[in-house]
Amino acid sequence: MRTVVRVTERVVETPSTVTLRFPYPGPAAPGQFVMIWFPGDDELPMSLSYTEGASKGVTIKAMGTTSRNVQELAVGATVGLRGPYGNRFDLSARRVLVVGGGSGAAVLAPAAERAAAQGTRVTVALGATQSAELLFRHRFEEMGARVEVATDDGSEGTKGFVTSVAERLLTAERFDAVWTCGPEIMMQKVAVAAGALGVPVFCSVERHMKCALGLCDACALGPYHVCVDGPVFPAERLLPLAEFGRSHRDPSGRRVPFGAR
Amino acid sequence: MADLAVRVGTLALRNPFLLASGIWGESGESLAGAWAAGAGGVITKSIGSEPRKGYPNPTIETYPDGSLLNAMGLPNPGIDEYPREVEVARARGATVIGSVFGADAAEFARLATRLAASGIAALELNLSCPHAEGYGTEVGSDPADVEEIVRAVVREVRIPVIAKITPNSPDPAALAAAAERGGAAAVSAINTVRGLAIDTSLRRPVLAHGMGGLSGPAIKPVGLACVWQIYDRVAIPVIGVGGIATAEDALEYVFAGARALEVGTAVTQSGVAVFGRLAEGLSRRLDELGYSSVAAAVGAAHPARA
Repeated sequence: MRTVVRVTERVVETPSTVTLRFPYPGPAAPGQFVMIWFPGDDELPMSLSYTEGASKGVTIKAMGTTSRNVQELAVGATVGLRGPYGNRFDLSARRVLVVGGGSGAAVLAPAAERAAAQGTRVTVALGATQSAELLFRHRFEEMGARVEVATDDGSEGTKGFVTSVAERLLTAERFDAVWTCGPEIMMQKVAVAAGALGVPVFCSVERHMKCALGLCDACALGPYHVCVDGPVFPAERLLPLAEFGRSHRDPSGRRVPFGAR
Repeated sequence: MADLAVRVGTLALRNPFLLASGIWGESGESLAGAWAAGAGGVITKSIGSEPRKGYPNPTIETYPDGSLLNAMGLPNPGIDEYPREVEVARARGATVIGSVFGADAAEFARLATRLAASGIAALELNLSCPHAEGYGTEVGSDPADVEEIVRAVVREVRIPVIAKITPNSPDPAALAAAAERGGAAAVSAINTVRGLAIDTSLRRPVLAHGMGGLSGPAIKPVGLACVWQIYDRVAIPVIGVGGIATAEDALEYVFAGARALEVGTAVTQSGVAVFGRLAEGLSRRLDELGYSSVAAAVGAAHPARA
């Protein structure tokens, strides 16, 4: 079942990311994704960056042709939606470390928001290429989270990878859970570091998707299908997989190392 | 307990329920997962000569009864890369049935030879791709093509060859008869039924490709009719496909003449756990009706054959 809706709001979040808001009543949970159809172009899986109330939203990073076209959509443009699909973040932890790299913050923000509203203490390690690309930084701060920043170019916060900020926080403080989304190699490092300290880690992973119904195998990851078994996985299920942090599948199903084109 | 083990030609299956081609078959781990969940065998994605991305999304439309319309566009990693996936599934003990598609008999034969070398137990021919020469038609809709393709493949491989029959033809049974003449060990019927979905607010087809193939509960009566007619027409075993989600669906197909069954769209509803439920349910129904085996029930709804 598919619903066609009009975009009600377009927000430029950072130089490379744009949020589109649209009416999509019905329940959705942080961690879930929708298949969003841009008629005449493509249909893409996108984690919801806004899950509460009747107005949902996705935050799109400029990657390929479609995502660039989509970023240019104006208020009033029509999009098709199906979903929400997939599982959700377990929000029961009392002290959470959120580790977001780049556009990964898009799926983490609604989870942190709902958790903070329930009284969870939220600490955020947020990484980006540069200061201007720190996605949802103010949103995290407004929900009452403490935000620590890393940038590749050192324009703000720690210079280097967000993983070093995460590791520092993990050794200095106690957390009941880590939620992470971003480049898979980053998530793998976070998972190993937190795992060594006995802190459970939940990763929101991305794979190419077609059906989103658990049928077509496009999003196969080891024995799992990201669309129905994920996108949120406990790290201990991912770490043993030969593919995690190393390779994904292209639209034809060929195994491709991360970073290769 | 009724015996669920069946033979399709020389292909021995622990139960009649096969994972249909196109479902879960891109990775060896997924094939192994369907086998571990209780499938009697697993059929690979249809593999072609080159890697194919398939059509752009949307590639699928869903319906309230669980039926699906898809135009995936035969995505596959290509024959150079795919055998490693077969090896992963075989290493976990799975009975793997290959599937290939080509534009003509020579391409089918080349692909069959290469996939057979990976140790598959049988080979299904996906005869539903566009004809290299026949503009817009499918290779599998002309009996002469079907016979030629099957003959070319049978000449090259020693494993059982199964021809998958399209329902999008005036006389599917004639296609099955052509496959039998070409030397097929079995036929499977049916492939998806041509269909279309239109979004009225956008005034355009939903699927990026336009036309798609319908699967799931909506096509069960079509599949049963084809299996019934094919069973009357050929002596080789028939594998029933189309809308099988419950043991009762499976039994209908067996009574119509199917010796084995393929399950695909039902995996959407309940995952591959459906295989365990189907096997258990069919065994129970056969017991209730007094059949000692699947084989004993094949074609039971037909008037006695002369």
